[in-house]
Amino acid sequence: MATTSRVARPRLSSTGDALRPDSNGSTRERLTALAFIAPALLGFAVFYFWPTLRGVYFSFTEYDVFNAPVFVGLDNYRALFADATFGNAMLVTVEYVAINIISQTVLALLIAVLLHRVTRSVFVRSIVVMPYLVANVVVALLFYWMLDAQIGITNQFLGWLGIEPVAFFGDQNLAIPTIALVNTWRHVGYTALLLFAGMVMIPHDVYEAGRVDGASEWKMFWRITLPLLRPVLALVLVITVVGSFQAFDTVAVTTAGGPGDASRVIQYYIFDLAFQRLQFGYASAVSVVLFVILAAVALVQLKLMRAGESDVA
Amino acid sequence: MATTAAAPLDTEALLDRSAGGGGRPRRGPGRILAWVALVLIMAATLFPFLWMIRTAFSNGAALSTQPASLLPVEPTLGAFRRVLGLASTEEAQAQGGSGAAIDFGRYLLNSVLVSVLITAGQVFFGALAAYAFARLRWPGRDTVFFLFLTALMVPPIFTQLPNFLLMRDLGLLNTYAAIVLPFFFMTPFAIFFLRQFFLGIPHEVEEAARLDGAGPLRRFFGVILPMASGPITTLAILQYVQAWSEYFWPLLVASEENVRVLTVGLGIFRAQTPQGTPDWSGMMAGTLLAALPVLLLFAVFSRKIVNSIGFSGVK
Repeated sequence: MATTSRVARPRLSSTGDALRPDSNGSTRERLTALAFIAPALLGFAVFYFWPTLRGVYFSFTEYDVFNAPVFVGLDNYRALFADATFGNAMLVTVEYVAINIISQTVLALLIAVLLHRVTRSVFVRSIVVMPYLVANVVVALLFYWMLDAQIGITNQFLGWLGIEPVAFFGDQNLAIPTIALVNTWRHVGYTALLLFAGMVMIPHDVYEAGRVDGASEWKMFWRITLPLLRPVLALVLVITVVGSFQAFDTVAVTTAGGPGDASRVIQYYIFDLAFQRLQFGYASAVSVVLFVILAAVALVQLKLMRAGESDVA
Repeated sequence: MATTAAAPLDTEALLDRSAGGGGRPRRGPGRILAWVALVLIMAATLFPFLWMIRTAFSNGAALSTQPASLLPVEPTLGAFRRVLGLASTEEAQAQGGSGAAIDFGRYLLNSVLVSVLITAGQVFFGALAAYAFARLRWPGRDTVFFLFLTALMVPPIFTQLPNFLLMRDLGLLNTYAAIVLPFFFMTPFAIFFLRQFFLGIPHEVEEAARLDGAGPLRRFFGVILPMASGPITTLAILQYVQAWSEYFWPLLVASEENVRVLTVGLGIFRAQTPQGTPDWSGMMAGTLLAALPVLLLFAVFSRKIVNSIGFSGVK
């Protein structure tokens, strides 16, 4: 599990330092380092650091993108509390994340176990990860077509079973589950491969011992695989949950937030506010909130993960 | 999407070690059931691709006559001609197209250009930075690395709103530069991915070159970089796929025809028929054109890609 802990707590000093005790290096080495780091530092400063500061500043302003921003203090944040569309966007996003993450994690676990216990074929793994290589937009349109209410193949199939055509993207109650499951289709194989890589690191004699003791595959999954996989699983969950909160592409090309506000997830709402309603300041305030939520989610999950690590190692 | 990173991990090496059956279940009804499940999963993965191809080669106007046929309905290349801008308005409309001008050939070139530039920048500058973080000693190194780590925590949309303004103020809207620049110099993932690999190279390797009088520059280009060709290829493929799939950012800064990339083009194509029957076969021809280049890349490098996905390449 060494790799995993490295992800959670990247080692800030490299192993190589043991070679020479002076940690600041020679002048020549310092100059080289400066030259090597300069492009990345420039990119970081201009496209990450500066816009982060600006984003926070804009969240305290009223800004229509054309005229100079006007400082309004906490007005945007106050407005958030009264904004029913924002509340709805949060709800819809949470529903999306819940459906997406639960279905994706359960399925990915199943696939990973199959890959781990049944076959190690690279071919099978390649097939499973294929959807991940295709753009979100492509997957979204493909399913928009397959799930079409009139001549989509899914509804033809449902028709044979005697079920009336379903407007998957056009129904208030179905839009979010549909979009969530479409994204599950794209990401599940990749998630399964991450979990699979975690399973491969479990020493195989543990399973050998389990079999000698007459444990069933079912039992071994619950008693061996899952407990030993917990740190990896937690890490994968942090990444998938944080990613899931930022769903945009699929919504943008299929429902555009509709019907009504039924699929107006938070990221689409921000886009909508900034670029269609030109409320850039308010959009920034909403994205500050999204930022805080994601940081909190990641922090809580990483805490849980560290708790998990201790009882495994 | 949010990215986090760690070491390039070679799943294959681990697999080899655990080969030899290590406690894997033998035959029996359970194993047959497991294979049935696997086949079903693969079918569910592949069927949509099959449907994409089947529809792309169909005559759009005839799709509704045989909506469940597994083979293309009235097979034709019309959909491709249409989305590549080769068909006349009449020909397009006769096969269910909107007739509006659309040029996926151009978008394809734009996508290739933009993705190649982004990948080249990220890999090259990422390798430089990763080397400085992993194998050079300089004051403030750990602080800067920690700062870069925090960049992973910021949701892309948060920086993309101000970055859009920056591009506008620089007069770069609707240029390739606008699409490429924010990703070009630095992506935390590339730096962490390569840093982890560089950390793992034994110091003796570089020390030998050092004793021969090679400075850091020559050690990087002459010794370390050639050793890293494997991870660099993997990283390049991952970043290429990522750049190829990007939709939000190019949508903000480059929606005009001449710089439009495939994802944005597809979104616009979809919006051209908001009411009535969409041009399904045209849409699927477009998605096929957008999916094919990465799938071909994948076909060539699948073993490498599949084995390098671990929490290694968590992304």
